[in-house]
Amino acid sequence: MVKLLLPGLLISSLALTAAYAAGEPNADAYRQMTYGDRDANPALLVVDRGEELFKEKRGPKSVSMEECDFGLGKGVVKGVYAELPRYFKDTDQVQDLESRMITCMTTVQGFDAADLKKKTYANEKANEDNTELEAIAVYIASQSDGMKINPSTSHPKEQEAIKVGEALFYHRAGPLDFACVSCHGADKQRIRLQNLGNFSKAGPDAQKAIGGWPTYRVSHNAVRTMQHRIWDCEGQMRLPDTEYGAPLSVALIAYLAAQAKDGTYVLPGMSR
Amino acid sequence: MKRRKFLTNTLAISAAGIAIGSGLVSPQRALAAEEPATNPFTAKTLDEALKLINATDHKPSTDIQLKAPEIAENGAVVPLTVSSTLAGVTGISIVVANNPTPLAATFTLPEGTKAEVSTRIKMAKTSEVMALVQTKDGLFSAKQEIKVTIGGCGG
Amino acid sequence: MASVKLKAKAIDGGLIEVKALMTHPMETGLRKDSATGEVVPAHYITEVVVTANDKEVLKTNWGGSVSKNPYLSFHYKGAVGDKVKLTWKDNKEGTDSAEIAVE
Repeated sequence: MVKLLLPGLLISSLALTAAYAAGEPNADAYRQMTYGDRDANPALLVVDRGEELFKEKRGPKSVSMEECDFGLGKGVVKGVYAELPRYFKDTDQVQDLESRMITCMTTVQGFDAADLKKKTYANEKANEDNTELEAIAVYIASQSDGMKINPSTSHPKEQEAIKVGEALFYHRAGPLDFACVSCHGADKQRIRLQNLGNFSKAGPDAQKAIGGWPTYRVSHNAVRTMQHRIWDCEGQMRLPDTEYGAPLSVALIAYLAAQAKDGTYVLPGMSR
Repeated sequence: MKRRKFLTNTLAISAAGIAIGSGLVSPQRALAAEEPATNPFTAKTLDEALKLINATDHKPSTDIQLKAPEIAENGAVVPLTVSSTLAGVTGISIVVANNPTPLAATFTLPEGTKAEVSTRIKMAKTSEVMALVQTKDGLFSAKQEIKVTIGGCGG
Repeated sequence: MASVKLKAKAIDGGLIEVKALMTHPMETGLRKDSATGEVVPAHYITEVVVTANDKEVLKTNWGGSVSKNPYLSFHYKGAVGDKVKLTWKDNKEGTDSAEIAVE
């Protein structure tokens, strides 16, 4: 059990969490009924929209994203997400899907990065539909459906990113002294009915979580990506927003993907 | 909410002010001048909605299967499947008692269509959900409470 | 850009299983815009009609209580090769449709 120095209310709710006892109220039936049928996932229409955007000649240079390299050569989308994050020679950086999309859309299509980052996430409180970035990301990711989670980890910069990600995972910050590990550092934790996967070790929790992102979040009525997940966690932790695709976020994702290695991607996912 | 209703009625009263003054309309009538919903989907109470779809007279039946989770981890998307082994089903309706607009959906089933429909509804909060099944022999119902929970981190 | 995804396949008992996903805000008309304080007008699918070989096999009428990006599934007696068509209409005279052959 992780030792926490959190405000009273939160301590008590976390301290009481344990595996569901037999007969304890849980959302298992709801999850099976809602997320179980992959044909009922509204993300499928967002994937289709993402595919159109991906293949369309867009931007000042009027070029399609098929001219981009996401790690397996120009124009290859099948399987690229399964091996991300990875090191890219042309940017001399480890990049996740979304930071790589920005690289592509700026260098190849001629878009302005600052402009692109103005419309990163749909505002679910305003009942908005997914942004172009979200649609494109879930399209590319879904082309790795069924494949093993296999981020590249052999390059020294990849290993460095994973180490930085791990350090960040344990780094306590903000007014509530939260680290990722505060919620995700022990087995069988939950907060109310939501399970808090243990990402401090390689294993099934990490595999299941990472394997299901991007996902259609029913509580948002929108597809959400890993960049959004990190950003959303930061919000919950009362930490400042990370810029879309920032190295900090890539390092965290590299660490989580490494913990999830050998799991299977089920994409697009569907979750709360 | 109460305040808004008051204002609406006030407007109604002022509009009917002349009529009251002339003694043609009683005060109670003026207060009740708010337009009743004619669209069952915008009816704000279960009773109103049922009235508007002529479904006030229904008999509970065990030949209707309402498949829905007992606990929903979010109210935005709650899956339901209504099926029935009753003969000659021509229509199915779904009402959510505690929703601001209780009538969620009505289904018209022609001959050859199985008496089973699935959809996903919004639930504002924990509520009884009722399925109404129309057959040639009458209108039957089944209901179940679905608990809607709030999220782990309060969202 | 398509707003309907249709799936129709033959299953046991001479039945065709139809599954449909639609993209639609399903705005209830009860929500207030947090920026302006104004009520956001209702905008939801009011009717969905599904036909098989031009014969109606389901009609459903909805209000704002149906989830955003709605899902619908049902079964009718039919055959492989049936032409299944779904058309939705909303309260702002929006409409869209999709067609598929039963597999």
